[in-house]
Amino acid sequence: MSLELKGITKRFGSLVANELIDLKVSNGEIHAILGENGAGKSTLMNIVYGLIKADSGSISVDGKIVEISDPSQALAAGIGMVHQHFMLVPVFTVVENIILGHEKLKRGVLTVEEAKASIERISKEFKFDINPDELIENLPVGVQQKVEILRALIYDAKVLILDEPTAVLTPQETDELLSIMKSLKSKGAAIIFITHKLREVQEVADKITVIRRGKVVGTTLPTATQEELANLMVGRTVDLTANRESNKAGDTVLSISNLNIYDASGRVLVNNLSLDIKAGEVVAIAGVQGNGQSELVRAIVNLEPHTSGSVKLNGKEILGNSVSKTLHQGVAYVPESRELDGLIASFTIAENLILDTHENQPFSKYGQLSNSKVIENAEKLTKEFDIRSQGVFDTASSLSGGNKQKVVLARELSRDVKLVIASQPTRGLDVGSIEFVHERLLAERKSGRAILLVSTELDEVTALADRIAVMYRGEILGIVSPDTSREKLGLMMAGIKERAS
Amino acid sequence: MAKSFNKSFSVFLLPFLAFIFAFFIGGLVIVFTDPEIMKLIKSPLNFLTAAGSKIGNSYLAVFQGSIYDINLSRKNGVLGGFYPLSETIVTSTPLILTGLAVALAFRSGLFNIGAQGQFIFGAIGASYVGFHFNFSPILHVVLALLAGIVLAGMYGGLVGVLKAKTGAHEVIVTIMLNYVASLFILWILKTEAFLRPKQIDPIAPEVALSARLPKLFGESQRIHLGIIIALFVAVLVWWLISKSTLGFKFRAVGANSNAAKSAGISIPFVTTATMFICGGLAGLGGALHTLGTEYALTANVAGTFGFDAITVALLGRATPQGTVLGAFLFGALQTGGRTLQSNTGTSSDIVQVIQALIVLFIAAPALIKYIFRVKQSAEDKTLTAKGWNG
Repeated sequence: MSLELKGITKRFGSLVANELIDLKVSNGEIHAILGENGAGKSTLMNIVYGLIKADSGSISVDGKIVEISDPSQALAAGIGMVHQHFMLVPVFTVVENIILGHEKLKRGVLTVEEAKASIERISKEFKFDINPDELIENLPVGVQQKVEILRALIYDAKVLILDEPTAVLTPQETDELLSIMKSLKSKGAAIIFITHKLREVQEVADKITVIRRGKVVGTTLPTATQEELANLMVGRTVDLTANRESNKAGDTVLSISNLNIYDASGRVLVNNLSLDIKAGEVVAIAGVQGNGQSELVRAIVNLEPHTSGSVKLNGKEILGNSVSKTLHQGVAYVPESRELDGLIASFTIAENLILDTHENQPFSKYGQLSNSKVIENAEKLTKEFDIRSQGVFDTASSLSGGNKQKVVLARELSRDVKLVIASQPTRGLDVGSIEFVHERLLAERKSGRAILLVSTELDEVTALADRIAVMYRGEILGIVSPDTSREKLGLMMAGIKERAS
Repeated sequence: MAKSFNKSFSVFLLPFLAFIFAFFIGGLVIVFTDPEIMKLIKSPLNFLTAAGSKIGNSYLAVFQGSIYDINLSRKNGVLGGFYPLSETIVTSTPLILTGLAVALAFRSGLFNIGAQGQFIFGAIGASYVGFHFNFSPILHVVLALLAGIVLAGMYGGLVGVLKAKTGAHEVIVTIMLNYVASLFILWILKTEAFLRPKQIDPIAPEVALSARLPKLFGESQRIHLGIIIALFVAVLVWWLISKSTLGFKFRAVGANSNAAKSAGISIPFVTTATMFICGGLAGLGGALHTLGTEYALTANVAGTFGFDAITVALLGRATPQGTVLGAFLFGALQTGGRTLQSNTGTSSDIVQVIQALIVLFIAAPALIKYIFRVKQSAEDKTLTAKGWNG
């Protein structure tokens, strides 16, 4: 089966999201659509899946033009989609989620046996290992994604759209997904793979279409180099290797000793952890998501309620302070999720830029916010950090992912801080923004700030860190230098510690 | 400029359309519940004429009862014709404050159902200081108002403390505290401190003359200083929400408590401070009503001011400006409802039907948007109260 798009155009007001896009995918082919955030990839796929209606253009399946105005028509035409944010009901079981919208009754009673059989058959075929009776909320993210894929397969999708499928996955889960994609391909499926991660594209794609600002700017083969792909995507030359100059580390800024973190029920999340970071040094915490990195970071800024041990900033104990006091003692905090913890979507850019300094001079005077100072500050920071918007009174929700992160960085780095904590600072960002964030963090290192970087991206960790601490199950398994091989780091992340080498 | 106009336009457009539509449905209800008119249904022309005049007369009566009555102006001069408006303002005064108590809580992400209980405590505090002590006039009013504000503020603050310390949901706590307050006032009116000498009815002594709020337009009208205070407080709340540092914290927590927390804003502090201030606002409403209108505390002093407040705040989309307008609308409907019954024989309950319909259409904006084909921007979201897990 083949899917062909011709001249797809979609406008939102004055914004052209897609302009005259042509695309052809045949069976047994993985077609990667590469583009920065906001390039129009998701809009295009939502048009194909019937969630958005195109202004003009046609979609044809096997040479016949089809009208797709809602997802059920897309499914009927053999098009299935795995969304970036999963469309699963967390309190339902796997099988219940699968039959949702396709319920079959037997003498007036819901029957799931048939669906269970199909799940088991397809699970076996692709080695999914999914228990149909497990609740979704108990499954790891990677497995939830498999459930989404399974759902598309059960309803006979011949064209599978994967919208940024690896954004939420660990390196291991990503590898697994890529191999699933390959085996789907070998069974004759056509796959549209939307991403901005170059390495993945090169690994699995047969054809690559690059989209920039709503237009197709090039079609290429996976033999193209990463630099070529990145240049096409961003539209200018990109330097992918962070330029880390040698730098002499100074005095110890952050000193964590014997830190324990518990959850509300007393379970140990981080166990007896000790770590020092010096001025002018980047220490990266590498590890598979969920091994206590998030809790560690939150504990340092005192967002975790159950802790013991000691965290010293420039020799002063900060564990047990209020969050506000911790931040004002000289900690910049770039949280893991900018949407959830970093920004207030309905607030203006200017307001978001004073979120943790609104009480301070000169922004607050006699209990009243000084509008002129707040604007002045926003104008200065948007310029310095190249935050692109229509103005400082735009809401944060109107910004692209990269610009959102720049707002968070601008707010945190513009304060007088000694320690910068950056948790997953480039997650979900496009190449251009990643470059910006990396440069900025290295500039902070140069200026003598201590930097704690938490990342699940090995490339990022090895490019930026002076020392890499690998975390596994709430403990630091070892601290290694950044020229350690990927294989060794990967093994450590999986909990395997090499004997004296 | 144009942008801000558009925004305020869309903020007020939906409530306005809801209002119009509610009156339309209300008109149908008036006609279909009137047996005299329904008898004419077989001759359409007569039916329509009768229905039209019935609806016209009914809403005219509501207008005459709440804004301007031409008959009164013939007797008492042009200004005298505005007597109904003064009654509307008297009813609206406490509603403005209870409405603000709900609206401000919304902005911090809290759903304050407890304005009724807080109002009662405000009335108790003001009444006690009003009849028990003797001070010079201005001082007495100020102290009595303060007593109401502080007592009700603590009653509201209690909800905040409970939520901050134990996570108890404010909706449940405030509903329960409403029961506590309405039973507490029944009990306290029977205690020696509050019972009128040689009286068995549960009614407190009238407040001293020095504690009463002065009338604004002489003794022929009941309108008192309270409306000026209420409007001033509304401006103060506007300043608090949109200009002050404290209000910035409130809005931040209301819009995204996770991000607020990560930026060092203390959620327990915001919750407690908001509920204290909201309690104080509703309490001031109770105090003004007691010192300006009722003078003597009775068990029924709060009427439905605390419950109507939720509607008023929703109608005003949780903005102080909108809440003031909403309070006037509700005040007008209530005073107009009385005239409706006496002038046209239509039950004043119809006014409550209209009120309920307005709420329904506000609560279901999609319906109004569909009926009137309105496009609305996604940005005008000021109601930020969360559900049970929020």
